[in-house]
Amino acid sequence: MKTVLSLRLNGRPRDDVVPDNLLLVDYLREAVGLTGTKIGCDGGECGCCTVLIDGRPRHACLTLAAACQGTVVETIEALETGGRLSAIQRAFHEKLGAQCGFCTPGMVMAAEGLLRANPRPNEADIRDGMAANICRCTGYVKIIEAVEAAAREIAP
Amino acid sequence: MEYMPAFRLHRPASVEEAVALAAGDPAVRFLAGGTDMVVNIRRGIERPTALVDLSAIPELGAIDIDSGALRIGAAVTLARLAADPRVAAVWTAVAEAAGSVAGPTHRAYGTVGGNLCLDTRCLYYNQSEWWRSSNDYCLKHRGSVCHVAPGGKQCFAVFSGDLTPGLLIHDATVDLVGPGGRRTIPLGDLYRDDGMDHLALAAGEMVAAVRVPAPPRGARSGYLKSRVRGSIDFPLAGVAALVVSSDGLATDIRVAVTGVNPRPHRIRGIDVHRGHALDDNALDAIREAVRTQAKPMKTTTVAPWYRRRVVGALARRLVARLASS
Ligand SMILES: Cc1cc2nc3c(=O)[nH]c(=O)nc-3n(C[C@H](O)[C@H](O)[C@H](O)COP(=O)(O)OP(=O)(O)OC[C@H]3O[C@@H](n4cnc5c(N)ncnc54)[C@H](O)[C@@H]3O)c2cc1C
Ligand code: FES
Ligand code: FES
Repeated sequence: MKTVLSLRLNGRPRDDVVPDNLLLVDYLREAVGLTGTKIGCDGGECGCCTVLIDGRPRHACLTLAAACQGTVVETIEALETGGRLSAIQRAFHEKLGAQCGFCTPGMVMAAEGLLRANPRPNEADIRDGMAANICRCTGYVKIIEAVEAAAREIAP
Repeated sequence: MEYMPAFRLHRPASVEEAVALAAGDPAVRFLAGGTDMVVNIRRGIERPTALVDLSAIPELGAIDIDSGALRIGAAVTLARLAADPRVAAVWTAVAEAAGSVAGPTHRAYGTVGGNLCLDTRCLYYNQSEWWRSSNDYCLKHRGSVCHVAPGGKQCFAVFSGDLTPGLLIHDATVDLVGPGGRRTIPLGDLYRDDGMDHLALAAGEMVAAVRVPAPPRGARSGYLKSRVRGSIDFPLAGVAALVVSSDGLATDIRVAVTGVNPRPHRIRGIDVHRGHALDDNALDAIREAVRTQAKPMKTTTVAPWYRRRVVGALARRLVARLASS
């Protein structure tokens, strides 16, 4: 009922012995200690736990860690370089895309996935691309503006 | 706490291996994206002894078009299906439906097979363990009373997958693999009108692929759904339609529904409009046929009468659009 899980997490290879029933979100938060990824619901509703697996967004709360064998996993902790925030993180900060901040790691990872697949999204693309993430504070307008601003900076 | 019971995870590399791993123990369950299965495990509705993960099987991951016919592997993601321009051009309802499931993150790893084999849903069933236990559970799981229709012994939990109606109007078939070998059946025969036991799969049998023949020449199809939040929710009602018209007359018309009955199905009795113009009278008659054959019950927070009206209205709107475009 245990597997040796080998994956690449935030740029570094890792091997961990994980129980078969361990959720990726618990692996990240409890086993690795990366608590940036949040848990906001009892499964699949809110998007707070969004991470990138092989570059595509995925709910860490509905993913079994052992099923991530051989994959590349990226969490919110991967985005800064040398203490400097990424363009998307900076845009969320500057455009007031975060209030309480609980949804923000998931929002930022969803935006990261969106902009990698579509570097020049229009507003409708952003609304569609962020639709699996729920925010109880901002009313979404500031989040959309943040993603627009980040897109302009990354792909002018 | 019911949070994640113990189970084994198998990650087979072939369909034969997957079927062998699932054989003999009804508590072994298939896992694809897990966007429904893992939710249900976390809620204590599913208690598998082992999961057989289908996502690493190459045979299940392809979209092929051969002599005009489409074959979609069961592990193809909804995002890939929705984004395939060949599918959108010819089997428009299928692409539209795939693009309307849940939210973009779910579609990035939720699969076609998981959508076709989705468990039925009900207000009294898709709840946490403590919610259900404080309601004495329900007929579908651990309880003895159906809270939707307390007098009867029937379960009305609704099939709510978006993909099925668009495939039904295109006469899709499904390739099944199980302990008894391989077989192909019409997609409509995969479903039963019983919320407790809605899939006609044999023990240990899985869906390997869905096959969709070329539509009739000139066919136009589409999918419309109604939901509480346009960004993410299951359908309160979903309608797919296909129309072929020539010289203003409909030569073929097909409608199928989801989200309103335990079994997704084609609407019967609308062939009478073949050879006629789809005028207001015909559209009204189609709307009434859909309303009568949809039997929504109190399985969602939205009232049954509303869902019955909405499913008819969606069908009328969609057929009118397809007939005039
Ligand atoms: C917030 C939220 C919103 C959602 N909204 C929608 C919606 O609007 N419309 C909709 O249709 N769905 C919706 N879903 C459900 C789900 O995301 C999709 O239906 C998805 O396609 C399921 O696919 P999966 O690969 O994740 O299935 P899984 O969860 O892996 O499996 C689902 C079921 O199918 C079985 N199964 C999987 N593959 C096979 C196979 N090849 N052969 C036999 N059995 C198989 C599993 O054993 C399980 O019983 C929603 C889910 C969430 C969490
Ligand atoms: S924690 Fe809410 S979707 Fe994962
Ligand atoms: S900032 Fe509070 S939930 Fe989004």
